[in-house]
Amino acid sequence: MEKRFISIWFSHLTTDWFLLLRPELQEASFVLAAPERGRMLIKASSTPAKALGISAGMVVADARAIFPALQVFEQEPESSTKLLFALAEYCIRYTPVVALDPPDGLILEVSGCTHLWAGERLYLEDITKRLKSSGYQVRAAIADTIGTAWAIARYGHAKAIIEPGTNADALSALPPEALRLDVGIVESMHKMGFYQIKSFMTMPRSVLRRRFGQLLPDRLAQAMGELHEPIQSIKPTEPYQERLPCLEPIRTATGIEIALKRLLEALCRRLLKEGKGLRKAVLKGYRMDGNLQKVEIGTNYPTRSVAHLLKLFGLKISSIRPGLGIELFLLEAPVVEVLSLEQETLWNLSQGSENTTVVMNLLDRIGVRTGISSIHRYLPAERHWPEHTIKLSGALKEKHILPWRTDLPRPLHLLTRPELIEVTAPIPDYPPMLFRYKGKVHKVSKAEGPERIEQEWWLQKGNHRDYYCIEDENGARYWLFRLGHYDKDPQWFIHGFFA
Amino acid sequence: MERAENKIEIIERLKQQILSMQGFKAPIAQPISTNLGSMESAFPNQIFPGGVIHEFLSPDAESAAATSGFMAVLLSQLIGQGTGPCLWIGSKRTLFPPALAFFGIQPDRIIFIDLKMDKDILWTVEEALKCDALSAVVGEISEISFSESRRLQLAVEQSRVTGFMHCFNPDKIRNTTSVARWKISPIASVLEEGMPGIGHPRWKVELIKIRNGKPGTWYMEWHTDHFKYLTKPNLVASISLEKAG
Repeated sequence: MEKRFISIWFSHLTTDWFLLLRPELQEASFVLAAPERGRMLIKASSTPAKALGISAGMVVADARAIFPALQVFEQEPESSTKLLFALAEYCIRYTPVVALDPPDGLILEVSGCTHLWAGERLYLEDITKRLKSSGYQVRAAIADTIGTAWAIARYGHAKAIIEPGTNADALSALPPEALRLDVGIVESMHKMGFYQIKSFMTMPRSVLRRRFGQLLPDRLAQAMGELHEPIQSIKPTEPYQERLPCLEPIRTATGIEIALKRLLEALCRRLLKEGKGLRKAVLKGYRMDGNLQKVEIGTNYPTRSVAHLLKLFGLKISSIRPGLGIELFLLEAPVVEVLSLEQETLWNLSQGSENTTVVMNLLDRIGVRTGISSIHRYLPAERHWPEHTIKLSGALKEKHILPWRTDLPRPLHLLTRPELIEVTAPIPDYPPMLFRYKGKVHKVSKAEGPERIEQEWWLQKGNHRDYYCIEDENGARYWLFRLGHYDKDPQWFIHGFFA
Repeated sequence: MERAENKIEIIERLKQQILSMQGFKAPIAQPISTNLGSMESAFPNQIFPGGVIHEFLSPDAESAAATSGFMAVLLSQLIGQGTGPCLWIGSKRTLFPPALAFFGIQPDRIIFIDLKMDKDILWTVEEALKCDALSAVVGEISEISFSESRRLQLAVEQSRVTGFMHCFNPDKIRNTTSVARWKISPIASVLEEGMPGIGHPRWKVELIKIRNGKPGTWYMEWHTDHFKYLTKPNLVASISLEKAG
């Protein structure tokens, strides 16, 4: 799915907050300062103070020289981060994924959230209105990538909503500092005459890297959506994990079963609450002697049925070696998928679907015993090389779009690898008269062909195959082919058996 | 006369009793209809026995292909009437799924399970046969012992799933509890006079053993959706015609 991000910029984060505490300072020139390297450094200045030319980064003594009546307040360390965190928590109401963007911004991942506010425009308006009404000056923008949203929020002039896929247009007129670069890089870019992103956007990335370092091409790629940018939500999703410490070390299979049942019940309760089902579960047993026992199961469809999972684990319990005893059980579900309540009841209600669940449960059991990779289901593929005409289907419910072809003869049994045979065949393109396969000579009585199958030259090189359907004197039917042209010392192979 | 009629009735009843004791429960709700035609007279109650184990013997790769073809025809009927999918369990599988479409099966209705050891195959077949949501189970195995076949028989008696066991090493087969034992081998196809190429698949179908039925041998030809029976003289005549021509 297309991702959408909002970047919120609090242009006067700490001073706005301070004004909330001290409303009487509304029109006053004041600064917030903190000690740094033995002097008081201005961290933020109010709007009236800014008008006087007092900005962050100045020393308080210098500012007092410009404007003696300046009011100076001490800023507690970390206060801006705390403030930002509180604002991020407030924004959880809009989306579950909110990340801090220090020193004065927030990043919201809003994919799939905006429709609840009837569209991106209303969504964005609601956010800015609420933040503004609580006293903060904010600018926000929506875009496909964090980089673009960040740039538009801080440097954009026209619109705050960047349509999907128009990152390049939106960025082109902005200055290079909109790309979240270091001051040094920005300065050298200005020296080069790069005042707008569009003047270097189309340059080869390698050239930019050589001149300005790795950061610039990376930031550019992130803004364009070519490079993934991870964000760390303030509320990390909790891992699906249950613990069961034991008073006495467990040594018996029955004990392990009881422990497993309790863990599964707790885990499935949580999965039910969140509308999820697990696809993979790991049971870990921490032994008294420090050894770790581990069994793993996988399922073919998301499930949260305790009975079914217990059965799957039941096949594996015998492989746990409790040794002196297990003192801590840990059940983890590393892979979970959405399983809505309706889906589950639907499966259990209708007749045909119930069968599906039963079959899935059976396949799960087989998968646990023999490995999930042994279960195959095939769908037609859009290719003509005989071995490639089918593709594996991952999901058992996947339907085929292409029809199964029956217009060309194909053998019911196909050898995984064609086997070399000795053949007597008249030239140029006649079917063989006799062939020797596994030491036995077969005299050909009927033949059909050739059907030429060319290599899929865009994938692999090699000779074409000329296929013949052959029937020998005993009535057995074969699929043979000649590799390459008849006059270049061709090789003959047997590839299959017709019914 | 009256006593004689009575006797026949009693024998008939006893036969039914024996049938039910041997695992042929009262004819199942929906009798499985096949397109086997006249061959059905060889089966008990003139109905293709579903919900039991059928055994197929193939000594070589050529007859294995023919057997797969015949099984596919039977499977297409079973899948068409049941709701569930079919499991095809074996090792070193050579079956080419797209070709099943020639025998009336949508290849995506079949789930293949490819295992390495016979022990795993037997376990999987047994588990699958216990699952009544499947329409049929095919197991490919080199040989099967008496006790193994008995386990499978017990499984199908509960679930009424039809099982096909395809054995590749028939020399070692002694005695099993399977209800039917088949051997299918390919025979030369016959074309209309003057036509080039290969004709429809033709098989010699031997029903070596059928519990409470009449074993026999048939010669048949598969035409995209039905069988055509060939009488022996006709077969020979057409072959000799072929040779003459």
